[in-house]
Amino acid sequence: MKFVRKQLDSVKHNFEKGGKWEKYFFAYEAMDTFLFSPDTTTDAKGAQIRDAIDLKRLMITVIIAMLPCLIFGMWNVGHQHFLAIGQGATFTQEIWVGLIKTVPIIIVSYGVGLGIEFIFSTIRRHPVNEGFLVTGMLIPLVMPPDVPLWQVAVATAFAVVIGKEAFGGTGMNVVNIALTARAFLYFAYPSQISGEVWTYLGSGATTVAGYSGATPLALAAGSTGNAVNELNAFGAGWADGVYTLWNMFLGVMPGCIGETSTLMCLIGAFMLVATGVGSWKIIVSVFAGAWGMGLLLNAMGTSPFTQLPAHYHLVMGGLAFGAVFMATDPVTAAQTETGKWFYGLLIGMFTVLIRVFNPAYPEGIMLAILLMNVFAPLIDYFVVSANKKRRIQRATV
Amino acid sequence: MGKFIRLKKGFTINLAGKAAPKIAEPTAAETVAIKPSDFHGVYIPKLLVKEGDTVKAGSPLFHDKKLEDVQFTSPVSGEVVRVTRGEKRKLIEVVILADKVITYFPFKKHSVSDIANLSAEDVKGQLLASGVWTNLVQRPFGILAEPTATPKAIHISAFDTSPLAPEYSILFKGQDHFFQTGVDILKKLTPGLVHVNIHTGSELSTVFSQAKGAEVNKFSGPHPSGCVGVQIHHVDPINKGDVVWTINPFGVIQIGKLFLQGIYDASKLVAITGSEVKTPQYVRTVTGASIKHLIANNLSSENVRFISGNPLTGTSIGRDGHLGFYDHQLTVLPEGDSHEFLGWIMPGANKLSVQRAWGLFSFLTPNREFRVDTNTHGEPRALVQTGVFEQLVPMDILPGHLLKSVLVEDIDEMEALGIYEVIEEDLALCEFADVSKHNVQEILRDGIELIRLS
Repeated sequence: MKFVRKQLDSVKHNFEKGGKWEKYFFAYEAMDTFLFSPDTTTDAKGAQIRDAIDLKRLMITVIIAMLPCLIFGMWNVGHQHFLAIGQGATFTQEIWVGLIKTVPIIIVSYGVGLGIEFIFSTIRRHPVNEGFLVTGMLIPLVMPPDVPLWQVAVATAFAVVIGKEAFGGTGMNVVNIALTARAFLYFAYPSQISGEVWTYLGSGATTVAGYSGATPLALAAGSTGNAVNELNAFGAGWADGVYTLWNMFLGVMPGCIGETSTLMCLIGAFMLVATGVGSWKIIVSVFAGAWGMGLLLNAMGTSPFTQLPAHYHLVMGGLAFGAVFMATDPVTAAQTETGKWFYGLLIGMFTVLIRVFNPAYPEGIMLAILLMNVFAPLIDYFVVSANKKRRIQRATV
Repeated sequence: MGKFIRLKKGFTINLAGKAAPKIAEPTAAETVAIKPSDFHGVYIPKLLVKEGDTVKAGSPLFHDKKLEDVQFTSPVSGEVVRVTRGEKRKLIEVVILADKVITYFPFKKHSVSDIANLSAEDVKGQLLASGVWTNLVQRPFGILAEPTATPKAIHISAFDTSPLAPEYSILFKGQDHFFQTGVDILKKLTPGLVHVNIHTGSELSTVFSQAKGAEVNKFSGPHPSGCVGVQIHHVDPINKGDVVWTINPFGVIQIGKLFLQGIYDASKLVAITGSEVKTPQYVRTVTGASIKHLIANNLSSENVRFISGNPLTGTSIGRDGHLGFYDHQLTVLPEGDSHEFLGWIMPGANKLSVQRAWGLFSFLTPNREFRVDTNTHGEPRALVQTGVFEQLVPMDILPGHLLKSVLVEDIDEMEALGIYEVIEEDLALCEFADVSKHNVQEILRDGIELIRLS
């Protein structure tokens, strides 16, 4: 490794002030610090030692927590593909199809996003922040497996430029960047990201007899009798029991690449909470809010969807993935500890509300999180005001 | 009876190189320095001696142009050998070559019964003239106490939870009498209470727990429960307009000696600590002593940093430096000026972190001592509020929001968020733990000075 270090050091002067590539200093710095932890030491005054954690470590921990979702998702893409076209396939074949579909999406997402990050860091003269390491992985995980790559590129570019850089870069954005990408696709190309897009079929492939690509949420929304019975009956003949409660918990069903499996999300949640990187308060309160709202609708509602047992909401759609990986984004979430409870609860409640009462779009977690991202500063405002008030009251007693 | 306060938030940094509970043979200090930069709130120090002058222990060296009554005095007798000035002739330090046998400037001696009859004005006069006054720190702002102010209370933190901190039961062993006298004197300076805040674990040390006439409060919990600012917050918080004084037990004992013996006694025990010290232990020396003779033949490696104070709030002073005025600790840590290949991604259990993203299983070995160098472990990045600050400050204060208000220089917001209640040491752990590597203490001081001077 000494060789690499030497090479880096030997070109370093070109990037420093007065060097010929001075403009690209932050691009160099990003590469340098990516390969080697920097040799900078603490200042003479103040804390002489620093915690071993930095933003890179924080972000890589989130990525590691996402790996179960990613790997399971890859296999699931292949598995659903062969189910839909009615062919048997080995595990290797399933993984192979999954790889072919997902890896290009990941490459495009990282390539476009990091490219923009480097361009902006050069123009705006700020360091390349590591936030995109996570965003770049989140974006593929919330895409349908069959999404055209150019759409991934456009959505990523929109999210990074409008969602983040326009607000000043990492740490300043108001809404979650990966969700901005997803929302952009949803509103820009609605016909291509809704309906029966959740399974990769392959061009010219014929589907198995009785095949339907409807999602559980769409089924429940269109239900006319008992939603649970309809879910259990779905897939008969070609994928028996694909939408049973247990199967939806495991996630062996059509959906976005990474968000079908509640189980894998929970494993990720465990990793985030154990390492202290993700806020357990937010994760728990999103689930609690969704469940509570589900119960409320059970008690009050009359339509089949409102009568869907509350715990079904926890395993359907992207609720678990959103709660664990999207809602916990420290930049866009509420920043006060008390605020996090309200923030999470409201996300859960809005998710179920949107699912049940919005006829156009049965999945609510994306819009619920984006909405609460916008309201998070307001929640914090109340918590901070309460803190100030306590201080003033103390003074006057 | 005082209060009993259990604190949960915080983090005790467990470093290798704690001082063993024994005291090395005394070696006389060669040179001693007094540095105006150790005191906040000093405007322009006016020098009263010149190079070549001889001074006694307790003779004035300089005073501040705005607080002319407060004398900064020499800790030892000897010759003024160097006056260092920086840019714009700013006074950096006054260095004194110490005599082998110290002679003391004579101040008035009192018997215990005399002391009871002293007025606040008498007390102030003697404290100011002798230099002992400089032990008093005023909150808000953590500045030198103003002689004209009347504090609503005086707080003494009788334990230190900082990393590698010295044990006060060793530092102040057998000083009960002087401490008690010091408390009696301090009581004359405030209409309110004198609070002595002790740790639940240190009740064996009678120096503090038996103090009469003082309110003895007990605390438990991790660092920063030993920071006096945190204690004040829970015992008797500082509101806008309040003035509170704090003083280290060393200062209290100095006050006792000043009135009982009539001398300014600057001798103190200092803990020599850190992973790079061969035999970490206590040594007897004086305030502001040069560290050269304290570390001679006692280092286990070469590329090291010498810190006066603890690793969270201390100052790097260099091999030839002098201890800071308020410090009872010299820490020697490895310098971290080397690269680490893919350091951010490699798994590793030998790194110290508040969070468990390093060493996930650290909870299995809670008593593990870490050897930590001075590397920043990362580069400055955009401020991301990960929620870790809030877990480290055991006060009803929102440190993240407070720091943001300082960064935008919003004075009203700083006030409302409680800047009067904190100084650097109270938020030092945040600086340690910040993932985006900001100099939290420096930011906070900027905010404090902005308010103080506005």
